[in-house]
Amino acid sequence: MTNMHEKSISELAAGLRNGDYSSVELTRAYLARIERLDSGLNSYITVDAERALSQAGAADRMLRDGAASPLAGIPIAHKDIFCTQGVRTSCGSRMLDNFISPYDATVVTRFKEAGAVMLGKTNMDEFAMGSSNETSFYGPVRNPWDRARVPGGSSGGSAAAVAARLCAGATGTDTGGSIRQPAALCGISGLKPTYGRVSRYGMIAFASSLDQAGPMARSAEDAALMLGVMAGFDPRDSTSVHQPVPDYGAGLDGDIGGLRIGLPREFFAEGLDAKVAASIEAAIGEFRKLGAEVVEISLPNNHLSVPAYYVVAPAECSSNLARFDGVRFGHRCQGPKDLEDLYKRSRAEGFGMEVKRRILIGTYALSAGYFDAYYLKAQQIRQLIASDFRRAFEQVDLIAAPATPGMAFAIGEKIDDPVTMYLSDIYTIAVNLAGLPGMSIPVGPANGLPVGLQLIGNYFDEGRLLNAAHRFQQATDWHLAAPADID
Amino acid sequence: MSLERQEVEKITHLARIAVGEAEMDALARSLSGILDFVEQMSAVDTQGVEPMAHPLHMAQRLRPDQVTEQDQRERFQSIAPEAEAGLYLVPKVIE
Repeated sequence: MTNMHEKSISELAAGLRNGDYSSVELTRAYLARIERLDSGLNSYITVDAERALSQAGAADRMLRDGAASPLAGIPIAHKDIFCTQGVRTSCGSRMLDNFISPYDATVVTRFKEAGAVMLGKTNMDEFAMGSSNETSFYGPVRNPWDRARVPGGSSGGSAAAVAARLCAGATGTDTGGSIRQPAALCGISGLKPTYGRVSRYGMIAFASSLDQAGPMARSAEDAALMLGVMAGFDPRDSTSVHQPVPDYGAGLDGDIGGLRIGLPREFFAEGLDAKVAASIEAAIGEFRKLGAEVVEISLPNNHLSVPAYYVVAPAECSSNLARFDGVRFGHRCQGPKDLEDLYKRSRAEGFGMEVKRRILIGTYALSAGYFDAYYLKAQQIRQLIASDFRRAFEQVDLIAAPATPGMAFAIGEKIDDPVTMYLSDIYTIAVNLAGLPGMSIPVGPANGLPVGLQLIGNYFDEGRLLNAAHRFQQATDWHLAAPADID
Repeated sequence: MSLERQEVEKITHLARIAVGEAEMDALARSLSGILDFVEQMSAVDTQGVEPMAHPLHMAQRLRPDQVTEQDQRERFQSIAPEAEAGLYLVPKVIE
């Protein structure tokens, strides 16, 4: 009973069915941990104990009636970008500090239907714009491995909460690396699915052609169980893909002998921290032992991914965030003298600096006379980047690379230098531009800090990513390592 | 690519974000820094490359023209800063 928080989702699911503990007891245990530990981490923006316990009670009844989902009764957390009916959905912004969502995101609905318990909403970079969780209106999240360091971002609260065992799993979203980068820096397993695999309905939009939701968990196996709940067609998302969802759990144990893994040489060049490189190489060695064939490949346009992204994403964000105008919901300034003043001051007060910067860059890139030079050019470069991957997947089944160029950096280190911060996503952004699935799994820690190995798959090949990651985790125990002072 | 103060004023107006006098220069500098960074795209030859708008080349899905949503006006307006008689209130626009 005392170590319930150390158990995986499948172990907890078995324990709930055996009657070792109830969902209410499990939920109380997690709530007590949050109460005791989260003041030092700030991984949650909102904790709703009453709602969680009521959902847990309902889950216990579902379990007695023979609930099918492995998520029934499991306490999870949602990134505060997912709309949750009746619960504040802030998106890490002052703009939505007073926003109680009138409806649920499809991802939230699916977890509810599966009987999962929502402990609360996790902290994040404002409107998912950031790589360190420092742009949150609610203050930075601290990395559980070293509180002076960032957890990564934008899903930093979810990553820290999973790493500190303050939930059994959490949802995240990834527009340029926002699941994989914090998963890497916090030592957990996080998966960004193929664009269109998981519904974006009710997930507050940042860059609509890149945004994708995914699971953040302690192992590939847990991520597979969560993805099975999240994935699938949704008529409410116009880019949702009508494709059957495989049984990700059933595919985990397949033999990976003969699996062809490509190492993109551009990802192992200048700019990669030596300790990260050593951990990645050791991990590749494990895959060799498991029978994988490792070959070198090239993704020659990867260096253009960050510049192209910082046109495409701001352009889409400037359009998406136009809805926050102080009229229908969200922050409104005091005593507007006319309509223009209402718009301008509500937005000036509601948005933080990084969000403003991106809206302004996007506005500029889309303005008359600049469209071809910026937006069109970036979309052409996006095509080049996607072609690089298409060629690579003619030779290999999976791509393996570092998830980040370095380990968790210090709070304050990069926040005043946007471009340096942007470059911390140099290994993750191309995957979003191409719309491919990618995953980060822990292969550290090195010097006490986690390192993430990124696995990139072909379109809709999440099952293969999870299978490779799971076999790796069966043969190693890096994913079991936990921060020292969270007991 | 260095943005003049005047250009930044124009963009902030287009984006409807009020920026104080004191912040304007710092903002111009950081935006110029980002534009400098993305400028490296211009060195790439992209002649004849089709711009990529969607990773999966999907066509826009259509649905039957039927009402599927119920009227939820009251619920949605209950979270508005100011609403009355089913209308959102803003400062007077027409004299």
